Amino acid sequence: MENLKKTPLINTYEKYGGKIVDFAGWALPVEFEGIIKEHEAVRNKAGLFDVSHMGEIIIKGKDAYGFVEYLITNSIASLEDNQVLYTFMCNRNGGVVDDLLVYRFSKDEYFLVVNASNLDKDYKWIVDNVGDFDADICNISDDTAQLAIQGPKAQCILQKLVDVDLSQIKFFHFLRDVNIDGKKAIVSRTGYTGEDGFEIYVSPKDVVSLWDRILEVGHDEEIVPVGLGARDTLRFEANLPLYGNELSEDITPLEAGFGFFVKLDKVDFIGREALKNQKENGLNRKIVAFEMKDRGIPRHGYEVYSDDQKIGTITTGYFSPTLKKNIGLAIIDADHAKIGNEIIIAIRKKRLKAEIIKRQFYTKKTQK
Amino acid sequence: MVVEKGLLYSEDHEWVKVEGDKAYIGVTDHAQDSLGSIVYVELPDVDDEFSKGDNFGVLESVKAASDCYMPVSGKVIEINEDIVDNPASVNKAPYESWMICVELTDASEIDGLLSPEDYEKIAK
Repeated sequence: MENLKKTPLINTYEKYGGKIVDFAGWALPVEFEGIIKEHEAVRNKAGLFDVSHMGEIIIKGKDAYGFVEYLITNSIASLEDNQVLYTFMCNRNGGVVDDLLVYRFSKDEYFLVVNASNLDKDYKWIVDNVGDFDADICNISDDTAQLAIQGPKAQCILQKLVDVDLSQIKFFHFLRDVNIDGKKAIVSRTGYTGEDGFEIYVSPKDVVSLWDRILEVGHDEEIVPVGLGARDTLRFEANLPLYGNELSEDITPLEAGFGFFVKLDKVDFIGREALKNQKENGLNRKIVAFEMKDRGIPRHGYEVYSDDQKIGTITTGYFSPTLKKNIGLAIIDADHAKIGNEIIIAIRKKRLKAEIIKRQFYTKKTQK
Repeated sequence: MVVEKGLLYSEDHEWVKVEGDKAYIGVTDHAQDSLGSIVYVELPDVDDEFSKGDNFGVLESVKAASDCYMPVSGKVIEINEDIVDNPASVNKAPYESWMICVELTDASEIDGLLSPEDYEKIAK
């Protein structure tokens, strides 16, 4: 654990019973009280996550708007100040370099939130592609800590620490310079759980006391600290993709089923040509959702068959704590990707039956 | 962490309760605690034969699947279907939640198992 990167909260996890693991080179808690309890707390009450490992990059300058638009598949054309956009950055083959959030500070300044595991790669990618765009690129990850408070009680708890009315921050919007318990923060109504909630960006020096304070004022609402284990089951049930599972340099957003975030008719962007061709020619493979019919838990990396023919691989699978079912997502040959089709999952030495279902496990409770 | 007296243990965190020429096998309190909430149990079939060290079953938590290894060699004569239907019982009562009962192939292997005192030293 000595060689791992650590967030400012590393010495706080223990106080709350956190079990520390190596996650993409970071020492982070996989669970505190238990994945199922934490998962249920977020669905029914509230949970607090340390997500300080996430990367933050600022792009600003005269051409910032045009450069961001060139980097991403979604479009910031109608994004307003204090609004957030979910998007992909693709490579020239249409594969995903990363998925990210873009915060618009102003027409000339954007705050990008990227995956910790991809931060170095993303930064290099952005710098390498700036070309003639007049834009400054600044990796501010070391100066930025992040907490996420998620769940139906999130607003009620956080409201106790801020003087602005949180109900005025709509879904995928944010406020800067919010005073939280005397500390300056960016507060956005975003998250990775399928529940209502906020993500809070603060200085690393303020994050430990803020963590303790949120748990303290949320005591009556029964807020709990949540680890990476439940973060993954929560995002999975809500059909939110994870880089390295549903997304990768070899999987396009169209194959992953996230074409909504690809605007082929906007200005040129990296990967547009490849994605346009793929859309026109049709997909060879697709990510589908399935439910186990035989007893067994599907997991990331297990192979998928139709009769004896291998047709794909599981991207994520779990015993779903909310639905109490064994469900998964798999990338399979498009020919087999029909709802109602039977597929076979290889779990150890067994071949178990599963059925392709509609790709909606849990109905998100985020604002519309 | 509870280490029950009257049982024998393996370094892989299985417990063994010997009754004549048969033995009940389960996982220890330490094992269930490290796994977290168990949501799935996979057991072998009756009449399956295993050598010491073979993988005989799987316990799955939300996060991961973990193999269970034979602390002694034997032929399965009974499996505990109750824990398949109620995996959480392994967390609640690990020493009552036996997984399989085997007919011992080589009774002398019992001597190689750990006493509760010795197991306690490795299961910290």
